[in-house]
Amino acid sequence: MSAEQPDSQWPLWEVFVQEKTGDPHEHAGSLHAPDGELALQAARDVYARRGPVVSLWVVESEHIVSTTPADSPSFLEPGPEKIYRHPRFYTGPRSTKNTARKK
Amino acid sequence: MNALVEYLLRLGDDRLVLGHRLSEWCGHAPILEEDIALSNIGLDLLGQAAGFLGLAGEVEGLGRDADALAFGRGATELRNVQLVEQPNGDFAHTIARQVLFDTASLAVLEQLAGAKHAKLAELAAHAAKETRYHVRHGRDWFVRLGDGSAESHTRTQRALDSLWIFTPELLEADAVDAELGRAGIGADLASVRAGWRREISALIEQATLRQPEDPPYPATGGRRGVHTEHLDHLLSNMQCVARAHPEARW
Repeated sequence: MSAEQPDSQWPLWEVFVQEKTGDPHEHAGSLHAPDGELALQAARDVYARRGPVVSLWVVESEHIVSTTPADSPSFLEPGPEKIYRHPRFYTGPRSTKNTARKK
Repeated sequence: MNALVEYLLRLGDDRLVLGHRLSEWCGHAPILEEDIALSNIGLDLLGQAAGFLGLAGEVEGLGRDADALAFGRGATELRNVQLVEQPNGDFAHTIARQVLFDTASLAVLEQLAGAKHAKLAELAAHAAKETRYHVRHGRDWFVRLGDGSAESHTRTQRALDSLWIFTPELLEADAVDAELGRAGIGADLASVRAGWRREISALIEQATLRQPEDPPYPATGGRRGVHTEHLDHLLSNMQCVARAHPEARW
């Protein structure tokens, strides 16, 4: 047998699924794969085999730029005292009900 | 025996046996994602087998359902091609076996989707849809393994070399095919074969592998119940519960 061994674990990918057209792609989980096409294949099997899915995105986890916990106080401070930033005083027209994610 | 029943048993048995082979990977695949993928494909194949065998039982009219046909027949009564009963070997061997079968299977199913037999056409159309994904999965891996590391290349070439002798049987036509062809039900294997040869040759080239010489004496006989020794072992495992508890319900 040749001594060639895989150098390490394959890269990590994040998987986003869209359940119906117009819905946002939501993070479903992650998996390991050697490249994008095989990441899509694995995502199909791991995250889309039950229930309806119309679209899948995969992105290598290392390409995601994220905040760090240290950022939180100054960067993400939600400003509960700045109530004027929260547009809660309006009732949206009925026709826009599908633009926000239903929970 | 009725030619249509025979034909349906062939379609069902190919998928029953290969589906069972893939189930043997469950918990053993090289990575978790592939464990799930191979199990999914195995389940698809078992589902297809249940459909074809169920219809075979209906047409036969002797009161045998899909379970009776799957668990109540011995190796000499099974009609699968010998390729699908071959042991899994390593991952490259399983992928090579899968891509050889799936590409031939898809071409046949696509023709059968237009068969002059509504129920068969419906089963074939459904199976073809699933098989398109199986082909995509198999091709992607086959190319990556062949054109991958020196180790994966060597193993994939070895797999192709050892399985090639079983490929002529995949699309071999006999009297049953001829009879169903005349009835507008069976696939035209001569035309399927030419397309399949082109497709596989291109795939082998893409995977930077060498196409083996065609065998002077291909392995064949599965359609008549002649099998390699591996099928008996597979069946003893697959059928042991059903045979020990023939009336069991769960």
